[in-house]
Amino acid sequence: MDLYEYQAKDLFAAHGVPVLPGDVATNPEDAKAIAAKFGQAVVVKAQVKTGGRGKAGGVKLASTPEETEEKAKAILGLDIKGHIVHRVLVTPASDIAEEYYFSFLLDRANRTFLAMASVEGGMDIEEVAATKPEALAKIAIDAIKGVDVAKATEIADAANFPAEVKDQVVDTIVKLWETFVSEDATLVEVNPLVRDPQGKIVALDGKVTLDENADFRHPAHAELVDKAAENPLEAKAKEKGLNYVKLDGEVGIIGNGAGLVMSTLDVVAYAGEQYGVKPANFLDIGGGASAEVMANGLDVILGDEAVRSVFVNVFGGITACDAVANGIVKALEILGDSATKPLVVRLDGNNVEEGRAILAEANHPLVTVVDTMDNAAAKAAELAAAGV
Amino acid sequence: MAIFLNENSKVIVQGMTGAEGTKHTKRMLASGTNIVGGVNPRKAGEKVDFDGTVLPVFGTVKEAMEATGANVTVIFVPPAFSKAAVVEAIDAEIELAVVITEGIPVHDTAYFWAHAVATGHKTRIIGPNCPGIISPGKSNAGIIPANIAGSGKIGLVSKSGTLTYQMMHELRDFGFSTAIGIGGDPIIGTTHIDALEAFEADEETVAIVMIGEIGGDAEERAAAYIKENVTKPVVGYVAGFTAPEGKTMGHAGAIVSGSAGTAQAKKEALEAAGVKVGKTPSETADLMREIMQGL
Repeated sequence: MDLYEYQAKDLFAAHGVPVLPGDVATNPEDAKAIAAKFGQAVVVKAQVKTGGRGKAGGVKLASTPEETEEKAKAILGLDIKGHIVHRVLVTPASDIAEEYYFSFLLDRANRTFLAMASVEGGMDIEEVAATKPEALAKIAIDAIKGVDVAKATEIADAANFPAEVKDQVVDTIVKLWETFVSEDATLVEVNPLVRDPQGKIVALDGKVTLDENADFRHPAHAELVDKAAENPLEAKAKEKGLNYVKLDGEVGIIGNGAGLVMSTLDVVAYAGEQYGVKPANFLDIGGGASAEVMANGLDVILGDEAVRSVFVNVFGGITACDAVANGIVKALEILGDSATKPLVVRLDGNNVEEGRAILAEANHPLVTVVDTMDNAAAKAAELAAAGV
Repeated sequence: MAIFLNENSKVIVQGMTGAEGTKHTKRMLASGTNIVGGVNPRKAGEKVDFDGTVLPVFGTVKEAMEATGANVTVIFVPPAFSKAAVVEAIDAEIELAVVITEGIPVHDTAYFWAHAVATGHKTRIIGPNCPGIISPGKSNAGIIPANIAGSGKIGLVSKSGTLTYQMMHELRDFGFSTAIGIGGDPIIGTTHIDALEAFEADEETVAIVMIGEIGGDAEERAAAYIKENVTKPVVGYVAGFTAPEGKTMGHAGAIVSGSAGTAQAKKEALEAAGVKVGKTPSETADLMREIMQGL
């Protein structure tokens, strides 16, 4: 889960990383009040989970409370790369002497963590990495030993942080590592990390990604979820324990196993090209395709108004095809009249003959059984095109 | 031959007495796996009857190995306890640990991987979040259904469980030396490259199917490895061509971020290494069928 800047900074502050004070406003009036409280020039920053806010007009300086209100009004409601701004962070404007870059992240290739640091911060770090790789220090971290003062010093030296701020930077690196580990983050990024004219180090921005697999040991992380910004169908699926991602097409997809469902999306996209239809979602119902799970899955997908047909693609492994077929039949019984879209079912694997026989006998008017994944995708795309 | 797992493998199950452990211990036994016991510190000394096969429960992996000569462990313990379970297996220096558990925090996986590195890689780790490994007719360590395909000469390595099953099903008339699901998490033990290296060295394997998916650059690195080191024919498939940027597709590791991790980049890298890449699972199976018929 990606956090908003203000949430990331709250975590930073909780772990002793130096940040500026700030408050979040959801309307211009509140933004004005916050600016009045600070009694100085402020920066109004759009809170969106994407980069490039500045270029999109999402970060503005304001010298008075009235101007803050004006700027907040302009920023709230902006569409930044598909993310609508619902909140702004109002924070005291600070003078910047130098901008640096720092992050801890997962290094998949080396199966460990990585620290990245540069004294050329403030800009797109991918650009620095591409155009001036020598300016970006990358230091592997041993997941057991972690980052102590000695390791943090090694990182700060590798990135050539100036001597006058090195102690502060080292201390900040250690605290960012504490944030990274104790919050189960997969990314902690500060861009820019700044030195102000008084020589003080401050994390001016913050980006944190938390590992949802670790939610069981972080009950407090549940409060960081922005329920209002969640897609309602995704939220509903999550409540039912389903792995669902909303996409922008017309063919609803249900399958078992993440890889097979990804593959199904591809096959449907290929088949849909000639009709101008695309997959409407990713939905992995996992290994056990019981009637209840199938009904929940269908319920979520049929709740998507864009869906014109549904492709159920199951490989019967641990749960054999006859059990899956029974699940589909019972799911349609449970859903009754709320199931209105045609269903194309492809079953293969264990007990496939029995499974197909069960569906043939049920002879549900909405269900078409097709033998192969490719042909079933073609059928589902065709039905979706006919239903548009 | 086969890789990593064969008819001489003696298997224990960590978490054997839990719901998943019980279910899959029965399935593994039914498919002919030589399971010699289980591990659960709270039930040490007990015996458990699995449809007529009575298996002892040990307090630790070390005790189980000393008593039975086990050299493989299959781990079904819940995510919160997986780190300790894998570390215990590594400390006992068991040859192979197959971690089935889904949902392990990546900091925990990074920790046990670092522990394996620090102790000299005495234990091969497969997974986590994987279906395991099967050498059909010889042994089955994990949850791959044993009746999809029999033994043969194709080696299969895949990030995804159900795509493993699908591919085994499509090529069941040829059969497999070993099929291995390496898992879809951001950090995994055994990689595509490890499996490719072992298949290349395995006399029984004549051709290899490699299945990847979006996220990371494991497929690109595998492609570079194939180019330099693999002489046997390799056919590839990559899932997730149409996955949008920034959305995790089921597997924690399956995410396209920026220009990194796309299926197209992986396909191009594989093709540049001489690997024939199918557009769909069935097309991939057809490519392998042609190769097998030509051999």
